[in-house]
Formats: sequence, C-alpha cells, structure tokens
Amino acid sequence: MTLFLERIISGINLGSIYAIIALGYTMVYGIARMLNFAHGDVIMIGAYICFVAIGSLSLPPLVGVLLAVAVCTILGVVIERLAYRPLRQSASLAVLITAIGVSYLLQNLAQLIWTADTKSFPPLVQTVIEQAAVTLGLATPEEIAASPNFGSIVISANLRISGTTIVTILANILIMIGLTLFTGHTKTGKAMRAVSEDRGAAELMGISVNRTIALTFAIGSALAAIAGVLLCSTYQALQPTTGSMPGIKAFTAAVFGGIGSIPGAMIGGILLGIIEILGNGYVSTQLGDAFVFAVLIVVLLVKPTGLLGKKVSEKV
Amino acid sequence: MKKTFVALLLAVALTLTMACGAFAEDAAAVKVGLIGPMTGAAASYGTSVAQGAELAVSEVNALGGVQIELNVQDDQHDPETSINAYNALWDWGAQMIIGTVTTGPCIAVGAEAYNDRMFMLTPSASSTDVTADKDNVYQLCFTDPVMGSSAAQYIVDNGLSNAVAVIYNNADTYSTGIYQAFKSTAAELGLTIVSETTFTDDTTDFSVQLTEAREAGADLIFLPIYYTPASMIFQQADAMGYAPAYVGVDGMDGILNIEGFDTSLAEGVVLLTPFSAAATDDLTVNFVSKYNELYGANPDQFAADGYDCVYALYAAINNAGITAETSPEDACDMLIAAMQELDVTGVTGEMTWDATGAVTKTPRVVRIENGTYVSVE
Repeated sequence: MTLFLERIISGINLGSIYAIIALGYTMVYGIARMLNFAHGDVIMIGAYICFVAIGSLSLPPLVGVLLAVAVCTILGVVIERLAYRPLRQSASLAVLITAIGVSYLLQNLAQLIWTADTKSFPPLVQTVIEQAAVTLGLATPEEIAASPNFGSIVISANLRISGTTIVTILANILIMIGLTLFTGHTKTGKAMRAVSEDRGAAELMGISVNRTIALTFAIGSALAAIAGVLLCSTYQALQPTTGSMPGIKAFTAAVFGGIGSIPGAMIGGILLGIIEILGNGYVSTQLGDAFVFAVLIVVLLVKPTGLLGKKVSEKV
Repeated sequence: MKKTFVALLLAVALTLTMACGAFAEDAAAVKVGLIGPMTGAAASYGTSVAQGAELAVSEVNALGGVQIELNVQDDQHDPETSINAYNALWDWGAQMIIGTVTTGPCIAVGAEAYNDRMFMLTPSASSTDVTADKDNVYQLCFTDPVMGSSAAQYIVDNGLSNAVAVIYNNADTYSTGIYQAFKSTAAELGLTIVSETTFTDDTTDFSVQLTEAREAGADLIFLPIYYTPASMIFQQADAMGYAPAYVGVDGMDGILNIEGFDTSLAEGVVLLTPFSAAATDDLTVNFVSKYNELYGANPDQFAADGYDCVYALYAAINNAGITAETSPEDACDMLIAAMQELDVTGVTGEMTWDATGAVTKTPRVVRIENGTYVSVE
C-alpha cells in the first residue's frame, strides 16, 4: 500500500510539472491555433537563465526566477515575430515545420553558449521555502538544518510530499485560476477568445490579431520559464535537451485533457504523470512511456476532443 | 633571358623542395588520431582522454626518439559523428587511432577501421563487442564482464551488503554488459539481488527505481552507469530520504566535475576503476603532478587511460619499427603483432594483451571522500 501511495505521490509530482508546461501549449494552441513545438526548449532556456543568474551572478533565487521569466517572455515574443508571424497566412504544416526548426535552433544555441555538459541545477524551490520560513520567523536556520524534510508533508517514514511538489501544485492551481479569470473576465482576455473563435471577425471588430497573438506567446513563454525552474528544481539535471522530452509529454497531456482547455491541461498533465509512474512501476520501467501513449490513443478513440475538450461543430 | 630566368627559378624551386624533403624526413612524426566526445553528455570522458594523451605525447616527443603527432576529433558520443571524425582523420593521414572513448561509437568506427585495416587502441570502450571479430581493435581498459564480476566480488569480500539493488540503463551496451556479469557472479557467490530496475537515456525521474529498491530492503545500490544519471539518482534518493551505500564502475568517474553538483551527495561512493590519483608509485606521482600543472585538476581514470594509450602505442611503434612512411595497412599488421608481445606498466597498472585485443590487468578500488577520490587498499 505504501508503495502504491509513494508512486501516486511521485506521479502527482511529475504530472504537476507536465501540467504547467501543458498550460503553455494549450494557451498558444487555443488562441493562435498552432502547435508551438519550441515550447519545451523555451523551458530549457528559462532554466539556464535561472541557473546562470543564481550560480555565476549569485543573485537571490527569486530574482533569478523573475529574470528567467523576463528573458523567456521576450524570447517568446521575438520567436513569434520572426518565425511565426510571417507564416500567419501559410499552410499550418509550414508553421509546424518552422516550430520544429525553432526548437532545434534553441537547443543548438544553448549548446553553443552553455556547452552540452550536464549542469546540476540547485534545489531552488526548497531553498526558497527555507529562506521564506526564516524571514517569516517560522523556523531558525538551525531547525531547518536539523530536519532534512523541512517543508514537506510527512505521512509516514517513506511517504512524504516534498515542499517542491507542494509548491508546484500550488503554482499550477494559481496559474490555472489566473488564466481562467484573465481569459474570461478581462478585455484582453475576451479579445483572445474572440481571436480564437474567429480571427477574421475579431479583426473586423477592431481587435489587433497580431498584438493578441504576441501577448499569448508572451504569457505562454513566461509560464515556460516557471515550468523550467520547477522541472529542474525537481530533477536537478540541466542539458540543452532537457526540455524536449517533457515538452512532448506535456503536449500529450494537453491533447489528453482537451487541447485549448485550461483546466483540461491541468487534469491531463497530472493524470499523465500518474499513469507514467504507475506504468513504470507496475508494468515495466521500459514500458512507462509506451503506456502513456497507449492511454492517449484509447482516450482519443473514445473521446476525440480529449477529456475536457469542447466539441466544436463546423458551420458550413 | 626569359628562359634563363624560368630555368633559374625551377632550379631554386628544386633545391628548396629537396631541402624541404630532407627537413620533413627529420621531423616526420607518426600520425596518431584520437576520437572521443569533447562536447555532449559524455564530454568529460573525451576531454580527459585527450588531455592525458597530449601530456604523454609531449613527454614522448621530448625523449627525442620517434616523434608522435596527435590529432583530436570530437564525436559527441554519437556513432555517426564518430564515423565522420574517423573519416576526417583518415584524410589527414592518420596511421593509427586512439579511440574511440565510448562504447557505442567505438563499435561503429571499429567496423569501418576493420575494413580499412586501421589499427585502433581504445582507452575506455569496455564492451566485449568492441573487440569481437575484429583483429585490429585493442582495449586498454578491462572489459565490462571483468568490471561487473569484480564489483560483485568486491561487495562479497568486504561484506558490504546482503541485499543489493541494481539500477542500469538497458538502452546502453556498456551498462547491460556490466550488469549481466555482475548478476552471474553474484549468483555464484550467493549475493542476493533484491531489486533490478532499468531506465533509458531520456529518464529523469528515478522515483520508481528508488522506491522499488527501498521497498525491497536494499542497503546497497550497484550502479553500472554513467555519471549524469548517477548524479540524478543521488539527488533524488537524498530528496526522498533514502541513503543506501553505492558501488559504481568507471563510468561514474566524472561525477565530481559536474557544474553545480553537491559532491557531499556522492560521499562514500565506491567505484571500481583502473586508476587512482591517490596512488603513490613514481609513475602516478609524476603523471598527477604534471597533469595538475597543465590543466589545474587531478587526472581522472580517463586521463590516465589516454596517457597509457600513448605509452603503449609508443612502445609498440618502437618494437615494430613503424615510421612516418609506414602505411596505415602495414602499421596495422605490425602493431597487431607487436601488441601481443608487449608488457607495459602504466599509470593504470601492468598490462599485457592477447590476440582478442583484450587487456589483462587488475581493477583498483576508489572511494569518494570529501569531494575527492581516495585509494582503498
């Protein structure tokens, strides 16, 4: 039983990271109607920026995260402006291929700048939790040093939810609520939904499509930076290819939950993480990934729009 | 007038060419190519080998006998890139190859070199597949099976554990090769393996492997894997509050050089490797101090392998009488004959070779203490 619960917790941990990445995918797909395969690599760039900021520049962790968010936001807007906007009227296949090209460009740039040697990312979230606890006067540095599980919820000896996982899940929920409110209740958010529904009609209503899509990329890329920091705080190894596999899995999660749906991305991500870990644990460590994609196929066969996807009827 | 001038010019040109020819003969060096990952996930191995080899070449050339010219090519631990690197060296006129450093590319390049009749001495590709059915490929490191069974032997001899878990990469021939030998020796010696789990090159989450090992009651994890996944395993085990003992193999060497890695997580890790910078024999002391002077760090096992490769080849070149004029094909046959007669003592121990290309030497045991390697006797 403990083993099962341990696996569920690991699954939620992994899944909540997929969910945050999937939110970026789903935002961009929902509004710009394109699959931004470079999203995973923006995550990697975000993690590197944060690594350099707190490592070489010795900035405080939170400043490092903000810097990563700022750089990724700019990067996302620049990518959209240079690579995707000129192709706005082209076939969607051309945009897809461009996105794959951008993905490789970012990976190779990272390899050029930071070399391909693995970097060991610090357990950033844990550090922030400990610092916050000290600042708020909840614990002294001695108490923290004495308890290795500081910040985690300990259920039993082998069963605990780490502080990083808790922060990841909280970040997820906050981002999901924030995005839902933003797209539902603000003027810009409404403009986004309008562009998503009918680009031509939105333009006729005076909405700047280019600006709306650029903003979507800015939000998506800012989320990518946060996802990168959370991903690397949990798994602690950073390479130029760090973002690609989680990127693909998160894309799967977005499709699983219903692409374009914000709560769908979150549910899809967490379920995918749990399925992957259970598949790894109970079937075979070799078949975990195969298991993930098999479940995806079944879901898409039964419900082609994904778990929470809306059925859009095409008007003729 | 014009004709005389042309004739004069030709005469001058001729004398110059002859002079150059004579000069070139004097300084002609045996061309040795080196292939290994200088960038990529295994970059630490390749750069170490190249640095060790460069140091040895400068020492050998200073002796004034046969001169060696070394050309280092990067293969990013990728078989295809490795073949490109090999072709570049062939075009350059390499007469023999040190390499390749890692197993996968070495198998690919070995097949090409076998067809071309190019002699290869790999510093560190330790799978038996590297030398299988190829008379032109020799190994300086001991093979995976030797490493796997020595590890099992070491654990039993020192009573380190009676419930071992193994985590290995079954997408990697090096890892699976050691694992299989470890498993069969463990069975012979009565060492119980309570958990065997695998991962692939893309794996970043080791929670399943680690929870399974912990549930099975393993007090020692044997890691026949490279240092990058090993660093993630140490971090994740620590984060879940699981602290087994770890035994690794030579692929673990390099873990202390990962940027940002908290070396206290690797405290007490034991690894089997042919070389220890902490050894006190004259050869090692000389090598370690010169290496430190040049590169500002202690040499790891790969640097030692690269260093010994050059000395082994140097001895074989001298015994076989190879010069800069020997073609790669002739050099290959001459070296194959010479290697089997060779008995050299290097910084990785005393080495002899048999006709399969495998080396005979004994592994040393090294423990990580306070962020450095310490010899265990």
